[in-house]
Amino acid sequence: MIVAEQKPLNEIKTMIADAERVLLVGCGTCVTVCFAGGTKEVDLLATSLRMSTKLDGNGKVVDEFTVQRQCEWEYNEPLKEKLDDYDLVVSLGCGVGVQTLNEQFPQKQFVPGLNTAFMGLPTEQGVWEERCAACGNCILDKTGGICPIARCAKQLLNGPCGGSQNGVCEIESDVPCAWQLIWERANDLGQIDRLMELQPAKDWRTSRDGGPRKIVREDLRLVAHEEE
Amino acid sequence: MTTSTNGYKVGSNLERMIRSGEFVVTGELGPPQGHHAEEIREKAALLKGYVDAVNITDNQTAIVRMSSIAAGAIVVQEGLEPIIQMTCRDRNRLAIQSDLLGAAALGCQNLLCLSGDHQSFGNHPGAKNVHDIDSMQLVQMVKNLRDENIFECGDVIKEGGPRFLVGAAVNPFGDPFEWRPYRLAKKVAAGADFVQTQLIYDIPRFKEFMKRVVDMGLHEKVAILAGVGPLKSVGMAKYMRDKVPGMIVEDRYIDGMTDAITGIEPLPPLTKRRKALKAQLQELGEDDPARAEIEAELAELAPRIKEIQAERNKNWREKGIQMCIEQIQELREVEGVAGVHIMAIEWEAAVKPITEGAGLLPRPNVGSNGSG
Repeated sequence: MIVAEQKPLNEIKTMIADAERVLLVGCGTCVTVCFAGGTKEVDLLATSLRMSTKLDGNGKVVDEFTVQRQCEWEYNEPLKEKLDDYDLVVSLGCGVGVQTLNEQFPQKQFVPGLNTAFMGLPTEQGVWEERCAACGNCILDKTGGICPIARCAKQLLNGPCGGSQNGVCEIESDVPCAWQLIWERANDLGQIDRLMELQPAKDWRTSRDGGPRKIVREDLRLVAHEEE
Repeated sequence: MTTSTNGYKVGSNLERMIRSGEFVVTGELGPPQGHHAEEIREKAALLKGYVDAVNITDNQTAIVRMSSIAAGAIVVQEGLEPIIQMTCRDRNRLAIQSDLLGAAALGCQNLLCLSGDHQSFGNHPGAKNVHDIDSMQLVQMVKNLRDENIFECGDVIKEGGPRFLVGAAVNPFGDPFEWRPYRLAKKVAAGADFVQTQLIYDIPRFKEFMKRVVDMGLHEKVAILAGVGPLKSVGMAKYMRDKVPGMIVEDRYIDGMTDAITGIEPLPPLTKRRKALKAQLQELGEDDPARAEIEAELAELAPRIKEIQAERNKNWREKGIQMCIEQIQELREVEGVAGVHIMAIEWEAAVKPITEGAGLLPRPNVGSNGSG
């Protein structure tokens, strides 16, 4: 899932400073599951903003609404009729949600209430860890199912650097060394020989380096598009 | 135009030394955090004649310094042979290859391929890192520039590719320990001609590593230069043990440095007293008559502290050099070790007494390559 966390209250207050009437829009998908932008968090933030702006002497109207999935046009339709009542909308969706809303309703401005962090999973209650960097060319078959692009601080493809010690990365003592994990897993699978294959320089075109990415599936399109 | 190399891959002094079978000595020179060439010339003078080639670090510990290639070119002017360090942290494959063309044009013939310390250690922790290729792929790329005359993309370099003796780093003390000989094997397969190890302050563990390396026959395919460095103080030894990732320091080095200053009046009580007196002064008013007595004691303390510090530093440095010589002598006996890489960080003057003490002077003359 996409993992995000709420921006500091003061930063959100700065963004809404010029607005009298503010709508907070949550999202019922990833950010609900990671407790950052679902109905509950929207409620909590709205209350905080109401109280805080009131104490500051310029109390604002802060209303709440949550859609099921901000990153798809159809789920955002119910918002359409509400927007006229507000000067500004704070999205508690991920970066995709914020942009979907701005694109879908250009007459209104939507600002981010969250910082979108990464794609990952909860490893225990209250802890999320990154797992995938969306490089667009998966190599998990070669690395025992552990991704060195997302999990090695140097994105090394041919083994650990000199900074790996006692299973942890040189950058932080609570960051496991991805290559220690890959080594252990390869050992368990009896696949050390696979790690000995020299991985060539990666083609990053499928990653962000190739520019903004897009997938077109002609088999799924409703209208046939004929390119010249 | 590909220059004739008389059977050598490159013909650098380092390669000739390795090929001759003589015990190789390399050193290290850190470029300044500034743009003055003089500092490099001064350091080069402290190393010339005592090492066969000298590593020029590339933004070491992710702190901005003068470019390793620019500094290397100055070192060439001084008649010393550089080993240009190149990390994958700051440049993508375009920038690396472009810089290597430039380095070759400036007379640099040896290259050390590194991943690079993470930028979070340095003075620009907010920087974006590159890691377009890793150090293994860099080794292969530099070998292909030389031996296949091709850029990384496969395009042929019509005039012939730049020629570098390809080096890589090895950390026998990093984890997973069992993986380390394999990683060396991989670097050899990728094209490494020589490797330099992390600083060795745990010889038993290094020997264990080398036994595996020799069993795998790697020492016959690559020149392994054992990394050593003189300690400057107990604090430095402890810092390396506790704070430097991928470093193991045996107690004997800590104990050796501690013993080196026994018999010297302990410093901490004096510095504590000084701190207390200064705090008292802060409390007192400008005209308080009590100040005179405190200031007198402070004045008396200052030269004593200075004297003890000087004595400690002298003993520490002597001990550091002595232990480094012993390390070299012990490492020289380890099967598969082709030489030593002496890292006297910001203490280049130590290289002469170390090499002298270890019986490594004068450095053998293995003939010049005629192209530099």
